Amino acid sequence: MAIEQQQPLNAYIRVYSKEALAKARLLDQQRKEGKPMGKLHGVVIGLKDVIAYKDHPLTAASHILQDYVSIYNATAVDKMLAEEAILIGHLNCDEFAMGSSNENSAYGKVLNARCNSRVPGGSSGGSAVAVQAGLCMVSLGSDTGGSVRQPADFCGILGLKPTYGRVSRYGLIAYASSFDQIGIFAHTIGDVALLLEVIAGVDEFDSTVKKEKAPVWKEAPDQKYRIAYFKEALDHPGLDPEIREAILTRTEQWRQAGHTIEAIDFELLGYIVPAYYVLTTAEASSNLARFDGVRYGYRTKDKDLELTEFYKRTRSEGFGREVKRRILLGTFVLSAGYYDAYFTKAQQVRQLLVERTNLIFKNFDIIILPTAPTTAWRIGEKMDDPIAMYLADIYTVYANLTGIPGISIPLFGHTNGMPFGVQAMTSHFNEVSLLQFSHQMMQQ
Amino acid sequence: MEVNDALIDNLSNLARLEFNASEKESIKKDLEKMIHFVEKLGELDTTGVEPLLHMSPEINVLREDIPQGSVSREAALSCAPVTDGQYFEVPKVIRK
Repeated sequence: MAIEQQQPLNAYIRVYSKEALAKARLLDQQRKEGKPMGKLHGVVIGLKDVIAYKDHPLTAASHILQDYVSIYNATAVDKMLAEEAILIGHLNCDEFAMGSSNENSAYGKVLNARCNSRVPGGSSGGSAVAVQAGLCMVSLGSDTGGSVRQPADFCGILGLKPTYGRVSRYGLIAYASSFDQIGIFAHTIGDVALLLEVIAGVDEFDSTVKKEKAPVWKEAPDQKYRIAYFKEALDHPGLDPEIREAILTRTEQWRQAGHTIEAIDFELLGYIVPAYYVLTTAEASSNLARFDGVRYGYRTKDKDLELTEFYKRTRSEGFGREVKRRILLGTFVLSAGYYDAYFTKAQQVRQLLVERTNLIFKNFDIIILPTAPTTAWRIGEKMDDPIAMYLADIYTVYANLTGIPGISIPLFGHTNGMPFGVQAMTSHFNEVSLLQFSHQMMQQ
Repeated sequence: MEVNDALIDNLSNLARLEFNASEKESIKKDLEKMIHFVEKLGELDTTGVEPLLHMSPEINVLREDIPQGSVSREAALSCAPVTDGQYFEVPKVIRK
């Protein structure tokens, strides 16, 4: 089958083919018997390897979870199974969802199906490539700072990060809990909308989910939008001029089609990536404290260690380099003497960002930004410099810092042969508008 | 700011991590770069701004006070590297 032929892409960490075939036969049988069909009847879905599926391994692409088997389902998984989805396998990603290129995986890097010497983006690289290469129909990833939207952009498909609090995080391995959301990869807005409708909504196991019905999108008549973009974002020196040109040309076409387009000042742009790294590494250092070699996961083989040494040895052998780097930075910003200057400061910046964003949405329906400053880079190109890698997230972390929903819409092709998209965002819990806007822009 | 060995040792201990000499050199450089990068926040005046502590719009999410089970003992122990069938085992804590 296709997944085996495309094995060199390394999109899947594990494929559950026997199970999937048995489930497909069962569903065929039930359909023939006239049983009513679920919303996802027979839809083949891949899961990023950070989403728990009962009685199946779950690794977060880390050695530290190499023998772990989930003892429960993520709420999103329960909801998809209840609608008769076929879960085909777990997909490769950066270790603990930390990375922008899918080169930090204990199971090896993932290749972009469009050009095998380029990265697929990250951290949900496997989830993006699986949809890009037709190795499943739709897939789930997780988006803490762009980990769904950026790989979707690099692979030429749709990637949605819902509003913070739209989809339950129960059963999603935590990276930074006030940023993490499960997100969706697909080829069409109809597919994104259907999957969102199924996985969204209240959950007694995640108190941060909004008590509201799941959003239901149906194709609506074309509307006129008030669209803003950030001047500083389009004028950023790191932005590929061809991407800038494509987005400006397209917005000009939208203007001619009757939409309002306005370039607005966003003087906080330079602070968003630093604020993001302070807050997410702090949360990660706390969340990843649970990996202790006692209750589950990897345990050092060294014997006769004192307890603290045992924890240190286990964790140092189990975690990869990028994860350790981030835990250490997070420990630093939370440590005595530095807490206020870094952690509290970043929380204040986050407050300013949310206030500014709410003001913008009083006058506009949509904010437009590039999804990423460049198209997919070559494998190995940014491995030596963590900061260069972090700056690649400049346009995506904004939605996670403020909690608003964002989507990467695959509209463009670069002269270097790679696809790229544009990112659209709306106010909190306004996914239906976001999907309608995206659908409209894809029709033109 | 300068990242020295003492800072790395303190942070590694707090984070329950350890680094050998060559790893320490490279992590020192990385951490220095990362701290320099996030120091940019200091340029912004945030006097009087309340830190944002919660992202969810929901407050006081309560449920009825009904006792509920969680996972079974067997399930909880199923992924543990070492158990005695009843409990997780850690290395000996009190030594002679």
